[in-house]
Amino acid sequence: MSIILDKINYCYSPDTAYQIQALKDINLTIDDGEFIGIIGHTGSGKSTLIQHLNGLLKATSGHIYVNGQDIYDEDYDMRDLRNHVGMVFQYPDHQLFETTNFEDVCFGPKNQGLDRQTVELRAYEALRSVKFPEDLYYQPPFDLSGGQKRRVAIAGVLAMKPQVLILDEPTAGLDPAGRDEILDLIANMHKELGITVILVSHSMEDVAKYVDRIIVMNQGSVMYDGVPKEVFHHYQELEEVGLAAPQVTYLMHELRSQGLEVDLDATTVEEAAESIVKALK
Amino acid sequence: MIRDITIGQYYPADSAIHKLDPRVKLFATLLYIVALFCFKGIAGLVIITLFLLGAIKLSKVPFSFMVKGLKSIVILVLFTSLFNLLFTPGDVVLWKYGVFQISDTGITNAVLMTIRLIYLILGTSLMTLTTTPNQLTDGLEKSLSFLNKIHVPVHAIAMMMSIALRFIPILIEETDKIMKAQMARGADFEHGNLIQKAKNMIPLLIPLFVSAFRRADDLAMAMEARCYNGGSGRTKMKPLTYTKQDGIAYLIMFLFFAMVIVARIFVPFPQ
Repeated sequence: MSIILDKINYCYSPDTAYQIQALKDINLTIDDGEFIGIIGHTGSGKSTLIQHLNGLLKATSGHIYVNGQDIYDEDYDMRDLRNHVGMVFQYPDHQLFETTNFEDVCFGPKNQGLDRQTVELRAYEALRSVKFPEDLYYQPPFDLSGGQKRRVAIAGVLAMKPQVLILDEPTAGLDPAGRDEILDLIANMHKELGITVILVSHSMEDVAKYVDRIIVMNQGSVMYDGVPKEVFHHYQELEEVGLAAPQVTYLMHELRSQGLEVDLDATTVEEAAESIVKALK
Repeated sequence: MIRDITIGQYYPADSAIHKLDPRVKLFATLLYIVALFCFKGIAGLVIITLFLLGAIKLSKVPFSFMVKGLKSIVILVLFTSLFNLLFTPGDVVLWKYGVFQISDTGITNAVLMTIRLIYLILGTSLMTLTTTPNQLTDGLEKSLSFLNKIHVPVHAIAMMMSIALRFIPILIEETDKIMKAQMARGADFEHGNLIQKAKNMIPLLIPLFVSAFRRADDLAMAMEARCYNGGSGRTKMKPLTYTKQDGIAYLIMFLFFAMVIVARIFVPFPQ
């Protein structure tokens, strides 16, 4: 499922004193099976951008083509688009409402018009794939911990079997262990289910380890778009816009300036360690 | 969609009206409403219209923005004028069918009521558009502080009001987010009959209530943590003080009111 964004502009509250230009001439192509990280400072337009991908926001100008079809066409079925492009919002509290976790996960597939049996099967599969503890399936969602709530929220979208999964800051408010678990889970799903995953975050550290492609947003425009190594070359520019490259990048640059022949492109701790060992030999 | 509600929203601008003391604006609005409901004759209407237009011009709030607020009362205005038109008995009956009748008094009543309602909304929303909720409750608290003597908890009421007003935009934004989150899961808030629509609201209302209660709880805790214990002995960061402009504004208001009364006595026609 390929998504093409052509000169997307978006403006909040146009023609009033509160007018904000949130997106400026965004051009992007998202291909099948990619694992993309969208990074940006608060207010850089990353959340606004992803809400365009499943038609929750309509661009002030520009076009979006999904599988070659313009989604702003009169006869385009938005609900069908939302069946294929799943979106998990930042706060799971915004979507959990049912009496039990299991029922809540059923909400999405039920809206797709599937029969009860398929719905339950899908919900069960989804909860399994996010490794949600089985004894909590029939408990109310309001008593769960932050990490577990997030799992239910992700399962609720996964149960709809989307081809593209968008996650808005899935690690916000989680402790380091919970953060790693959720990110590992997402990486696994990308690998096993073969779906396109778009991960929105403001933490380079989180994203560098997992994604194949990073899109850096700044003040409503795409600042960099490329593989993590390329993007981190610009670590000084990133710093200027309030972002930071992974700590490893800094370490490697520091070592290089001290005369050690290390690989500047290392983005994870493992890669860095390997490169340092090699340089010391 | 849901953000389009402009009635009662603050519109930031740098104007003489924005700078007035909220007490002046409250009093002026009160006087304006009284004037609106006791004027008689075309002269009074002209005075009020000129005054209202002048105030809007002075406030630098775009007229289109004010008119947008009127959209929400269109139905109310239609109903009242229709009822006035069809059910008022009068000396000259122009048309009659069963209980319905159109009379000369009915027509004047309908026209007057429509004008009054529209002017009422325009005038009061001018106040809320130019006054932040905080200023407004500050002004109310100070203006009504004499009620403290008869043990009315003025401060508590003002505090409740300001909290309620403060949370309206937050809850609207939250509603918007929840709606989107559920729409992303295929929820449908637009189609279906009335019962289905009401049922479809459940996924929206439950998270909203849960979060509203949690917010209330957090806020109460945060206030207590900062030793909030009611109004007695509490000082203000920006105490309200009258300036020369406020005096002039009072003067203008009294002049305006006097003119409307004079017009009512000397030129009470037509009607």
